[in-house]
Amino acid sequence: MSAVMLGMPTLPPPAPRGVGHLRGDESFPDAARHSLADTQLRANLGHATRTIRAKRASVVAELPDWEELREAGRQLKVHTMAHLPDYLEQLEAAVTARGGIVHWARDAAEANRIVTELVQAKGVDEVVKVKSMATQEIGLNEALEAAGISAWETDLAELIVQLGHDKPSHILVPAIHRNRSEIRQIFLDEMGDVDPDLTDEPSVLAGAARLHLRRKFLSAEVAISGANYAIAETGTIGVVESEGNGRMCLTLPQTLITVMGIEKLVPRYTDLEVFLQLLPRSSTGERMNPYTSMWTGITPDDGPQEFHLVLLDNGRTQVLADEEGRDALNCIRCSACLNVCPVYERAGGHAYGSVYPGPIGAILSPLLTGVEDNASLPFASSLCGACYDACPVKINIPEILVHLRARHTEEYAEEHTVPSVEAVAMSTLSFVMRDPRRWRLALRSGRLGRILGRRRGAIGEIPLPVVKQWTETRDLARPPQQTFRDWWAATHDGDRS
Amino acid sequence: MKIGLLITCLADAMFPDVGRATVDVLERLGHTVDFPAEQSCCGQMHVNTGYQKAALPLVERFADVFAPYDAVVAPSGSCVGSVRHQHGLVARRFGSGGLQDAVGHVAGKTYELSELLVDVLGVTDVGAYFPHRVTYHPTCHSLRMLRVGDKPLRLLQAVDGIQLVDLPDADQCCGFGGTFAVKNADTSTAMLTDKMRHVLDTGAQLCSAGDSSCLMHIGGGLSRIRSGVGTVHLAQILAATRARPYVLDQAARDRATSGVLDGRA
Repeated sequence: MSAVMLGMPTLPPPAPRGVGHLRGDESFPDAARHSLADTQLRANLGHATRTIRAKRASVVAELPDWEELREAGRQLKVHTMAHLPDYLEQLEAAVTARGGIVHWARDAAEANRIVTELVQAKGVDEVVKVKSMATQEIGLNEALEAAGISAWETDLAELIVQLGHDKPSHILVPAIHRNRSEIRQIFLDEMGDVDPDLTDEPSVLAGAARLHLRRKFLSAEVAISGANYAIAETGTIGVVESEGNGRMCLTLPQTLITVMGIEKLVPRYTDLEVFLQLLPRSSTGERMNPYTSMWTGITPDDGPQEFHLVLLDNGRTQVLADEEGRDALNCIRCSACLNVCPVYERAGGHAYGSVYPGPIGAILSPLLTGVEDNASLPFASSLCGACYDACPVKINIPEILVHLRARHTEEYAEEHTVPSVEAVAMSTLSFVMRDPRRWRLALRSGRLGRILGRRRGAIGEIPLPVVKQWTETRDLARPPQQTFRDWWAATHDGDRS
Repeated sequence: MKIGLLITCLADAMFPDVGRATVDVLERLGHTVDFPAEQSCCGQMHVNTGYQKAALPLVERFADVFAPYDAVVAPSGSCVGSVRHQHGLVARRFGSGGLQDAVGHVAGKTYELSELLVDVLGVTDVGAYFPHRVTYHPTCHSLRMLRVGDKPLRLLQAVDGIQLVDLPDADQCCGFGGTFAVKNADTSTAMLTDKMRHVLDTGAQLCSAGDSSCLMHIGGGLSRIRSGVGTVHLAQILAATRARPYVLDQAARDRATSGVLDGRA
């Protein structure tokens, strides 16, 4: 007997704890404190982000209609999200009609279970993988490993990360934190079949990886991929990449399993006109990426003869339900916001504790997990706005950060009977500031601070909470003799106080 | 034109010279400036730290106090950004329809100083004299939230005697970001270090900007390392003249203002 559903369907939950990589072990400030001291990381990131910023700026400047493209991309995404259930069902029907099999996964655990069972059904203990954020998000490699299945990353940078027992630190360039001598050592230690005279020349390292991967491509019977987009009207799935290793995975093995977040949809084939202009230019700073692979169900006697599409929620419906935050789902994973972010450039990707680092990660991770599970991330930004300007689909990241800060303080207040010190300070300040008389007295009392800083006209380190955080590295200005309003009262307006 | 001055809580308490300079420039150009003393703070710190409801009374007060003016001016891109972009948000979430209208009305006539001078009053040469080597940090909110573009630079280029030096990577954030500077003090300091390096590379005597908060941050860092490079608000440069030049030495500036509690400097 199959179960009969009664009543209204429930909202799928936030991304669950204990599976996947959306939560860090430390708060952002603590993790950043460590990474800021990593000279290698700082040098690599400074160099890489600067280079890619310049490349992106120059290819974006070539297009006279860039702003119109961004607006078109935004509107296409907003429209798709507003009609997501309809488009998802259209996609399912189209994929099924072309011989594919569609699976629905409520969360990371369910997606991992579906994929593991599909691989086990093929009777293999090895799969090759196309670089994919969704499978990193759900921790698929670990789940497969627990079932005795080896998952080989075939994107060069992902391979470096995997062999180094490391975590990706950038959406596009996961090994951005590694240098070539480290990569050489990782290959020597972990690749097994590598030439012991390996040098750290980039072309030699790439050659070693190529040999290593070819053997995997030729022997693998199952490939696992993510997706950059899926077209609802045709059921076509697409992956864009630079190396061609993805193309190998997508064409050689007989079985292909694609794990895709439910937000990666576009309605029509022609919509790619917009996104295939926006994505490469924003992502690698190229006019076009070298490899764009697209497939629709299965094609008899050509490529994989079995295709499974796993549609992943893992908190996405929760994001969609947040009216102020839902635009985070419009992200096309280009990583332009990482490359322009002054916080990311210095703290690096690992500080965010999630596979989604940088400005988009600072909103997407807490939206997927629930804000309290990633409460420090919305504050990991100076709100400088560079991410919003760079975003190819115009996600107003600063505004969503501010919204999530409010969600955090409000959810904290609901869960705790004793308010935080900060909340007390903020409401006290609001109480003082809303009354001109109280505010004037408070301002005048600031003159007491003049006791400090007499020696050199500025105030040095003060070991008090909060003040210490400022004065450890910056002086405080010495308060003035007279506030502005007292000066105004004395000079301009006798009748005002 | 009836111009109301939004002094900003920070300039009121810590940098009154910036307010005086704003008044000086506008009065010198023949305008009347009023300072409604019922004002307090735009509420940006509350909103950006996650306390939107606590910002509501401040947003209400702002809309009330500044409703009667033809134009509102603030020597801060950040606070004007808050008025234009955040007041509506707070009003929508917690306020009445009436407040939403009032907030929208005032936001439409609130200008950062360079916008008021160039766009509304139509001047770029304000008759200032400033014989010093200066570099200009454009500040994130002026640049990306208000889109003031090159207005501050056009005002500075018209200043007599000034030696204006380009700041490398000028569009990069200084790392202040309000409570970010204390909540993420380490990352903030790393950003500040790069900003200071660029400022020092220019060989300027002074780093200028249109926002006291960013200047407090950059200046606090430059002072801590005893760089000898100071900070000066755009308004203070524009207010300086041959007859009343800007005094570079802070101690001397303090002495000059400490004796005039009952009169104008």
